[in-house]
Amino acid sequence: MNKKAFAAILALLLTLALLVGCGQAAPATPTPVPDSGDTPAVETPAPVQSGRAASNEIVIGIAQDLDSLDPHHMTAAGTQEVMFNVFEGLVKPNAAGQIVPAVASEVQVSEDGLTYTFTLREGVRFHNGEPVDMEDVVYSLTRRMDGADAAAKNVALDVISDVQTEDDRLILTLSEPSGDFLAYLMNVYIIPMDYEDLETHPIGTGPYKFVSRAVQDNLVLERFADYWGEGGKVDKVTYKILENNEGLVLGLQSGALDLVNHMTSEQTSQLSASDFHVEQGSMNLVQALYLNSGVAPFDDVRVRQALCYATDKQAMIDLAFDGYGIPLGTSMFPSFSKYYDDSLTDYYPHDVAKAKALLAEAGYPNGFEMSITVPSNYSPHVNTAEVLAEQLKEVGIQVKILPVEWNSWLSDVYTNRQFQSTVIGLESNNMTARKLLDRFASTAANNFTNYSNPEYDEILARAISSVDDAEQTEAYRQLERILTETAANVYLQDMADLVAVRNGLNGLTFYPIYVLDVSTLYWG
Amino acid sequence: MKKKNWNGFLIAGCVLTGVLVALMLLGKFWTPWSPTAMDAKAMYQPPSLTHLFGTDKFGRDIFSRVMQGGGTTLTIALATIAIGAALGTLVGAVTGYFGGIVDDALMRLNDALTAFPSILLALLIISLVGPGKYNVVLALGIVFIPSFARVMRTQFASLRDVNYIISARLMGAGQLRIMTVHMLPNTMRTLLPALTIGFNNAVLAEASMSYLGIGVTPPDASLGNMLRDAQSALGRAPWYAILTGVMIALLVFGVGLIGEGLQKRDQEVD
Repeated sequence: MNKKAFAAILALLLTLALLVGCGQAAPATPTPVPDSGDTPAVETPAPVQSGRAASNEIVIGIAQDLDSLDPHHMTAAGTQEVMFNVFEGLVKPNAAGQIVPAVASEVQVSEDGLTYTFTLREGVRFHNGEPVDMEDVVYSLTRRMDGADAAAKNVALDVISDVQTEDDRLILTLSEPSGDFLAYLMNVYIIPMDYEDLETHPIGTGPYKFVSRAVQDNLVLERFADYWGEGGKVDKVTYKILENNEGLVLGLQSGALDLVNHMTSEQTSQLSASDFHVEQGSMNLVQALYLNSGVAPFDDVRVRQALCYATDKQAMIDLAFDGYGIPLGTSMFPSFSKYYDDSLTDYYPHDVAKAKALLAEAGYPNGFEMSITVPSNYSPHVNTAEVLAEQLKEVGIQVKILPVEWNSWLSDVYTNRQFQSTVIGLESNNMTARKLLDRFASTAANNFTNYSNPEYDEILARAISSVDDAEQTEAYRQLERILTETAANVYLQDMADLVAVRNGLNGLTFYPIYVLDVSTLYWG
Repeated sequence: MKKKNWNGFLIAGCVLTGVLVALMLLGKFWTPWSPTAMDAKAMYQPPSLTHLFGTDKFGRDIFSRVMQGGGTTLTIALATIAIGAALGTLVGAVTGYFGGIVDDALMRLNDALTAFPSILLALLIISLVGPGKYNVVLALGIVFIPSFARVMRTQFASLRDVNYIISARLMGAGQLRIMTVHMLPNTMRTLLPALTIGFNNAVLAEASMSYLGIGVTPPDASLGNMLRDAQSALGRAPWYAILTGVMIALLVFGVGLIGEGLQKRDQEVD
């Protein structure tokens, strides 16, 4: 027999064997799904945690390298998340979403909201042992204000018209009242005056101090013994950078990592329940199908409302997120409990008949074709778009999904507004509700949805300049309601932040902003 | 006995490819389940009688999606080699027949295209024209031109000076006529196996493009983007990746057998 023929037949047989073999093996493979009834197969018990628990250290897996170690230069949310443990401002956020004193021990605001007086906390030390004095504070503030270092300048601080010091007190005068001023001050991290090695060896005042960094590999922090507050419990924290998602899952399974956040339910379902537990927080993002109100057919409020009725948020969350996620009805998430209006969530119940009626009224009795542009690297958004496409089909809307890479998304959708609709999550990184609402002002530079409503603009202007907290809160709630009533966008959900934590590690605390506080973690 | 050998390849190849193509053609008109219907209660079901290949992350029937997605992959692969072979043959004929400066210029351009990693080149084209089924065909078609051009150039160059071509020329046949009527049919025995290899490369190229997320866009299925989907669920639903991968392997294997059979047949004729 011909050799090649023999080889070909052999290859065919092998392929078939593979097919058959897999056919049998597949159903038998243990699939650890936490909420299913069957007990997941317990594989080799990994005693690794006892080793790290004994030496009181943890290893956290993160998906991206840090963009800068200089606290005034870092912009990536992933960097803020890590360095939150190293740096502090005069004030800092707490887990309840309040702004509390940090390097300052007390903050006083004058009646007219124009003068802020900070009293410097006694006994605050930098990681190099030096005490923090007024010069350091003024230096840090000036570095973010004057623009001598362009990357460090924060324009939100332009409202400061005068900086005065008086013994241990810092007095800031504003040119106009600003309800969110303290929130912006959180990111004015206090650093030693004229310290030049921030990029390579940053020094702050936080509960953990910087030890070393290997670019694109790891970052090591150590407990700061002289911290003014309660301080951390774990002695050493290593951040291991693994830029692909599979790597993070494998790292957990192999015992190399103790904690990874921002995981998908698909990833956490691969972890063995005997080694890990999954804690659910919130991403603090408003995920929505953002509609470009500047172009037809979404310039018609009835079409936008029809889309809202046609969408079944809970079904989408069940399908694309295994049920993890909190449905939203407006541009605000529950962490901002003060501003969040839960009654808006079900303003548009899933109702195909109503959606069809509205479409007919708007002149689209047979639906229309639309496109959803999605950043292809964010699979949760792509999955969401896929489910929405299927749901909108029911009312006759044919959806074309256009996956684009992240940079094209930023330029085409966010900057140039060349899109029909997009699925994305919008955040508020500085604990102010304002950031979630002021982007819908008709003149806002980041109003990429082209939403335009004079009434909205007017109330927003009133809310921003208001110094009365109750009045501001009421105005913000009014804005939320307008966004819902005019169906500015199809609001979907506050995405769940799933954190895989090795059993035995406790104390994980969720913040309403994108940070991971390691000082509360402990073994036991 | 000897005469039957090439038949074995051809028959096995045709049967395997025939079955798969029939399945995919059927998928254009009928599938056991709707390939896009989602079911939250049936996510990641293992293969069973209800769902022959199991279900995916949205509870969609994988077998139905393979039927439909395979068809998409098949169409893309065919269209790709049609473009690649047509333009490649044209370039090969012109350069091989005329030689000289045309040959130099076009073949250096060809070299430049070949020097680019093919996926990178396709990526570049996709980034200019955007993703989608038709753009993938365009991008891959362009990427496939050089290999066909090179093969065909050799054929035309070698035929240029054979006696019957010289005779035809002496009888006053036009150059176009010589190339199409006298030369082209004689390149078929090289072109046909090249087509089958090209087809296989096109299937794999579509798979890798869609796998990278720049090919066929959801909710349309293709074997490539299904494999991409399957990757993230490797631990939870291993059958998804395995069965989709096996479908690609079988399709490539079947067409590969046909190519091998064709080559064998020609050797027998000699």
